[in-house]
Amino acid sequence: MSDFDEELTKLALAEDGKRETSVFSNPGMHFPWLQERIETVVTGGKKKRDFAQTTSACLSFIQEALLKHQWQQAAEYMHSYLQTLEDSDTYKRQNAPEVIWKLGSEILFYHPKSNVETFNNFADRMKNIGVLNYLKISLQHALYLIHHGKLEDANRNLSDAETWRYGEKSSSQEVLINLVQAYKGLLQYHTWSKKKTELSEIDKDDYAYTSETGNSGNQSCRTSTSICALLKTPGVWDPFVKSYVEILHEIVPSHPLMLEFHTLLRKSDTEEHQKLGLSVLFEFLDFAGCTKNITAWKYLAKCLKQTLMEGHLVWVEEEWMSRRSWWPTFHFSFFWAKSDWKADADLACEKAFVVGILLGKGCRYFRYIVKQDHETLKKKIKRMKKCVKKYSIVNPGVCT
Amino acid sequence: MDLEEAKSFTERCSQCAAVSWGLTDEGKYYCTSCHNVTDRSEEVVSTAVITNTKINSISRGLRKRSKHEKGWDWYVCEGFQCILYHQAEALKTLGVGAELKNEVLHNLWKRYLQKSKQAYCKNPVRTRGRKAKVLGDNLQSSDCASELELLSDTTLESGAEFQSDPQIPKPFPLVKASPKSEAADVCSGSVDGVEYSEWKEKGVLKMTVPRTLALCYLSLLWQRETITLSDLLRFVEEDRIPYVNAFQLFPEEMKVYGRDKGIFAVESWPDYEDIYKNMIEVAIFLDLPRFPDVTEDCYLHPNILCMKYLLELNLPEEMHSLTCQVVKMTGIGEVDFLTFDPIAKKKRTVKYDVQAVAVIVVVLKLLFLLDDKLEWSYSSLAEAYNEEHREDEPQFDFRKWYQVMKKTFDEKRQKWEEARAKYSWKTKRPIYRSHIDKSVMYKRREMVEHLQKQFSALVGSTPVAEKKDPSSFQFNWTEGDTGSPCFHGHSLQGLLRTKGQSLITKNSLYWLSTQKFCKSYCKHVTTYEESNFSLSYQFILSIFSFLLRIKTSILHEEVSLIEKKLFEKKYNESKKRSRPKKVRRH
Repeated sequence: MSDFDEELTKLALAEDGKRETSVFSNPGMHFPWLQERIETVVTGGKKKRDFAQTTSACLSFIQEALLKHQWQQAAEYMHSYLQTLEDSDTYKRQNAPEVIWKLGSEILFYHPKSNVETFNNFADRMKNIGVLNYLKISLQHALYLIHHGKLEDANRNLSDAETWRYGEKSSSQEVLINLVQAYKGLLQYHTWSKKKTELSEIDKDDYAYTSETGNSGNQSCRTSTSICALLKTPGVWDPFVKSYVEILHEIVPSHPLMLEFHTLLRKSDTEEHQKLGLSVLFEFLDFAGCTKNITAWKYLAKCLKQTLMEGHLVWVEEEWMSRRSWWPTFHFSFFWAKSDWKADADLACEKAFVVGILLGKGCRYFRYIVKQDHETLKKKIKRMKKCVKKYSIVNPGVCT
Repeated sequence: MDLEEAKSFTERCSQCAAVSWGLTDEGKYYCTSCHNVTDRSEEVVSTAVITNTKINSISRGLRKRSKHEKGWDWYVCEGFQCILYHQAEALKTLGVGAELKNEVLHNLWKRYLQKSKQAYCKNPVRTRGRKAKVLGDNLQSSDCASELELLSDTTLESGAEFQSDPQIPKPFPLVKASPKSEAADVCSGSVDGVEYSEWKEKGVLKMTVPRTLALCYLSLLWQRETITLSDLLRFVEEDRIPYVNAFQLFPEEMKVYGRDKGIFAVESWPDYEDIYKNMIEVAIFLDLPRFPDVTEDCYLHPNILCMKYLLELNLPEEMHSLTCQVVKMTGIGEVDFLTFDPIAKKKRTVKYDVQAVAVIVVVLKLLFLLDDKLEWSYSSLAEAYNEEHREDEPQFDFRKWYQVMKKTFDEKRQKWEEARAKYSWKTKRPIYRSHIDKSVMYKRREMVEHLQKQFSALVGSTPVAEKKDPSSFQFNWTEGDTGSPCFHGHSLQGLLRTKGQSLITKNSLYWLSTQKFCKSYCKHVTTYEESNFSLSYQFILSIFSFLLRIKTSILHEEVSLIEKKLFEKKYNESKKRSRPKKVRRH
């Protein structure tokens, strides 16, 4: 008998938990009729329609089914829930598409009988209900397509979405438009990157190569334009920036962004990125227009020091190998030494450090700069001499 | 008024010499060209005889095509008449006799029209004499269209305003240039939809969809049919009787849109209290006489209803004698108490179904006290006895009953909630608010249907449960299902003892559901706050009120009222004391 008492009590407690809070939480007083009155005040004096009650019950059933992964049941309830799109309550009717999209897309994502076509159908329909849902749904639709490997369709989707405008409503949707553009750019980057790997496998003499490179060049340009516009808006766009810069690096190694790229890369944890950071700088300075860029030289100096400190002599040698023949005359001629010192002592110092590392303290540039006397830079030059002595690759035995 | 009648008067007008007559609302002929009123009046036509020829002449030609939609001109009351017609048909399918539709409901409706149209006319005098006798008209029509023809005839009879053109006369006193305004947001499929929704007149009861149901119930009550109000409402929820979207049954040509939406499209199921209240209001408005007596052999008598509910709630038949005793002691079985008399001073009727179930609750309280202790100890005794005497008739074990009922009702309630959540409120042809909305709403509807098709494809081919045949009984316990034992034949032996000549309950205590009754103007008899009561009582109220689909507070109220009658003396005594919870009965 006692366990029955318990059972009943348990039940009562469970029911209590479900019940909404009463008007007065004081256990002594309870006015259920007052609760009802207050609720009618909230609804503007109108009694709650059974339509509203049954549709919200339907919603809970859908949510429950989703939690339990009962896709069939969820679809069944969704069938009935769709009538909220015709709700005579304007406010509820306007909010219905969003709810239906969220739940419906989830059902269609997981339901075994659903496929990409069904999803596409659903998404296309939902996009065009009302005006404010178009971008959001397009974006999510595109992500779904990407997930399922339908990159071209996703691209098309995003392109359509990109051109969406609806008068004054456009401004509130700006964030979404930016996202759309960003993802579109990302997709393009992906295609470009794929093409790049494909190209590297093709024999350079092959006719296909030239045509492919041509295409890839176009692709790159398109991608970079779409992302470029994006970067102007405030926000955190890191993932997109990386892909952008990578493309740029390929097509315009001397772009000023390369320096930023270098810093990003150096910050990264992976060795690959560190290595790439170094080569980015070298490539940057390959160009005549960048020879006087003090930041670049500063970075290079620092980078070389760090790289050698970490023991990656091989990397430095690799980079230097192709440049050994022409960089000395290009950057480090005696003429340059004099002209650099005259124009910008700081620059000259940095360059001297670099050349010291790469060509040893015996080279003319180095010797010239070291000989110079300078008020502020005296200490620095002294330090530099020490460093070069330590790290120069010409005397590998000295490095630790 | 139609031309025919006026044509019978063929004198020339004294002022303009034309022969073109119409009738004023006083019944006098007037010249339509110069509006000269004569003092000749038309002969009063007997309401009893309505020939078919007359009907035919009026009907067909008067259906004009409206501008925006191809369709008939129809009036709001015609719409309601159509709904009533179909509701009556549905009741017929449920087994109710045909007289309900053809005579009772029909006449109630006619009476309503007369009563409400009395207020429409500028001159009420003429119509007072027109109260048609309820019986005598033996009109049996087989389809809705002819019903509508009848309406137009009735309209004429009750003296609506007459006009010279052969249109159905507009019944409203405010006659505007055109009832259908061209403004985008003020339109309706019916001719008088806008005016009808704005019509507010003291002393007149406007017909609404819930009130059609009230009319149905009045007819059922008049005929003393075996359908209670809770049964009726349950049938409505099961879509066996048109109510929600009843306008879908209108003929194709009766287009429903605009203001009609507010009149005919309901988005809630009927509520017991609401329909009950309406029923009384309508009966009073119609000036109905005392209803046929509800006697002891009538289905609605508490003795019979108690038996029905005892069976349905899987309780021992032996409890019936106890319920009869309670009925007798409280006097609720008296003919005068049970019969509805709208004209009487105290205008109230009885909630037959709720009352019967309340009596059962009282008997359970008498037997088991329901204080969360006694019922379980009695159950243990019964269980022990049943173990010992397997061959004998088992004693009723409350605990066993509780287990069975809880399981069954939980399942049923769950199914009920699921079915409600899936209920489809919107119709195939959407009712749009204005002509501008029309294409939007149709497009929306098309899209919803398309989406629904997508999702139903995903649902797959689960066999849809066959819709059960309609029945007054929601549960049938005698089918020999081992999972759900039947308690009908169980005995109350362990709960009763002899005292002299009679049997009384072993339990001698009782507690009242309500300590004190409000005397103020509020009609609230008592408030049901669950936590004040035992869990057994809460359980019983919850499942019993689910059976009737009513709120638990209504059942609780009814229980309190019965106890008030039963323990009248105790109530008078308790006024002196402060807080007696348990009261000694004997």
